[in-house]
Amino acid sequence: MMRQWGARTFDCRSFIILMESVQALQEKLDLRQRTSINTGDLLFKNLTRFFAAVILVLVVLMAYEMVQSSGLSWKKFGWSFFITSTWDPVQEQYGALPFIYGTLVSSFLALMIAVPLSLGIAVFLTEMAPRWLEQPVSFFVELLAGIPSIVYGVWGFFVMVPWLRENVEPFVSDKLGWIPLFRGTPYGVGMLAAGMILSIMVLPIIASISRDVIRAVPRAQREAALALGSTRWQSTRIALAYSRSGIIGAIILGLGRAIGETMAVTMVIGNRPTISASLFEPGYTMASVLANEFTEATSDMYISALIEIALTLFIITIIVNSCARLLVWSVTRNSGAARS
Amino acid sequence: MSDSRFWLRKYFSIAMFTLCGLSVVIAFIPLILIFYRTIAFGASALDWNFFTKLPTPVGETGGGLANAIVGTLILVGLGCCLSLPVGVMAGIYLSEYGQNWFGNTVRFLTDVLNGVPSIVTGVVAYTLVVLPMKHFSAYAGGVALGILMIPTITRTTEEILKTVPHTLREAALALGIPQWKTSLQIVLRTAIGGVVTGIMLAIARAAGETAPLLFTALNNRFWHTSLGQPIASLTVFIYNYSVSPFEDWIAQAWAGALVLMILILLLSIAVRFATRSSLSER
Repeated sequence: MMRQWGARTFDCRSFIILMESVQALQEKLDLRQRTSINTGDLLFKNLTRFFAAVILVLVVLMAYEMVQSSGLSWKKFGWSFFITSTWDPVQEQYGALPFIYGTLVSSFLALMIAVPLSLGIAVFLTEMAPRWLEQPVSFFVELLAGIPSIVYGVWGFFVMVPWLRENVEPFVSDKLGWIPLFRGTPYGVGMLAAGMILSIMVLPIIASISRDVIRAVPRAQREAALALGSTRWQSTRIALAYSRSGIIGAIILGLGRAIGETMAVTMVIGNRPTISASLFEPGYTMASVLANEFTEATSDMYISALIEIALTLFIITIIVNSCARLLVWSVTRNSGAARS
Repeated sequence: MSDSRFWLRKYFSIAMFTLCGLSVVIAFIPLILIFYRTIAFGASALDWNFFTKLPTPVGETGGGLANAIVGTLILVGLGCCLSLPVGVMAGIYLSEYGQNWFGNTVRFLTDVLNGVPSIVTGVVAYTLVVLPMKHFSAYAGGVALGILMIPTITRTTEEILKTVPHTLREAALALGIPQWKTSLQIVLRTAIGGVVTGIMLAIARAAGETAPLLFTALNNRFWHTSLGQPIASLTVFIYNYSVSPFEDWIAQAWAGALVLMILILLLSIAVRFATRSSLSER
């Protein structure tokens, strides 16, 4: 028995040695073949990789350029740039608080209007609409996304603002004037106008992404709810709860768009760097101060301060979009796993 | 008891769905109003001169925005020169080789770039091109638009190339075709309709942009003499004219808005037909 075992071990060893030498030979041959055939592959892969790297370099370059050119203002004002509200090019005093405030308020106002509407549209498209109606409604929502910002601006400036000034704002401040939000002179231009125009602009994004996210909810979820005797709305509620994080992602993506929107807001917000509680008062946003004052900026400090605002906007949108992407990704990944 | 609760739930359900339907109607109101106003105001100011004449000084009638229309085309063309190679090639990389940390980083940065406000892109183009050249130029505007177009083209190219079935790649490789030829002549060729769609979407988006052109391409009331000079664009003209106090300038701003809308509408309808036919082929 022992000898047999030993002989077998010996056999194995010699076999292994043989195999190893064959493998080494094969690898050598393979290697030669690979290098001779794949020169084109190597070239093409590195060429495409180069262009992919261009994107990486571009983003880094954008950040670097803005950090570099805003250094002057950062050195002089430091953190107080973000918490003081004097914006005085003559005295060379710059504080960005009114712009940050205006951007945040107008964006949140836009979300307050757009979120219920776009969720309604998403539910309509996924749960209610017959097939023949679904396509055209989707198309028109996408059309809303395709209208250029400047056209929204022109329309808001000539149609919506006069309507707000003459019909809406006097009426509302008459009835609800005891709330500070609705007090003040009805200028027409102001936070309310900006919020309304932004809400129209972010609506298609939130609606179309929520539609996709709600559609990704497994049928079994709805069927289970219906089987337990719930109404159609209750089963829809369950679908909405199931896709909650995706919908939040969609809303944050809409927020990202609202924060960066420039032309339409610039034309209807009134462009006055003040902070006031009333929605009827004019305001200013980070994007619109860039649009208005960049070409007029003469001193180095002025340009530096404006570029610091652009950098702030850049960082805020990166944070907002990263959060949204993560949420939407997590949902679509889960739904993909559930489907397969 | 339970009967009344049943009807309560039933009515609540109906009420909520009615609200959803209503929100569709509410969302349509601004869309219809925008189209109606733009067409009503724009069509009355639109004539042949608009497409053939230069802008006239205040008070003189009969001018047009021919230079602005050409300017927009040139700026978008310059943007394409920058964004087409980068976008398509990077898209090929992400789809064919991009399953590693580098691919994921680039994919994330493309999303970041997609979210960057267009005005910030304008500021970057200003510091990159205008400051070294010491004056506003068409090149700067082209760079700004190009940066804006890159993420759209990259991501649509990647997504479309990923829909090409793996068996097609394997079949080509099994016949001994090198991988780079497979990528170019089999995969890209199969998906070319989708890639073109992505490019047209990017062009539609870039043609409607105003903010990044304000302080890069600036504006020009005459024909541009070289690409190193400021150049007119339809969007910047619409902006300048609509905030002006002159009646005929405002009318021309509406006409410009109408032309822009028609341009973008045609592009998006073309995109829709392109995607539909390519889907039905498959």
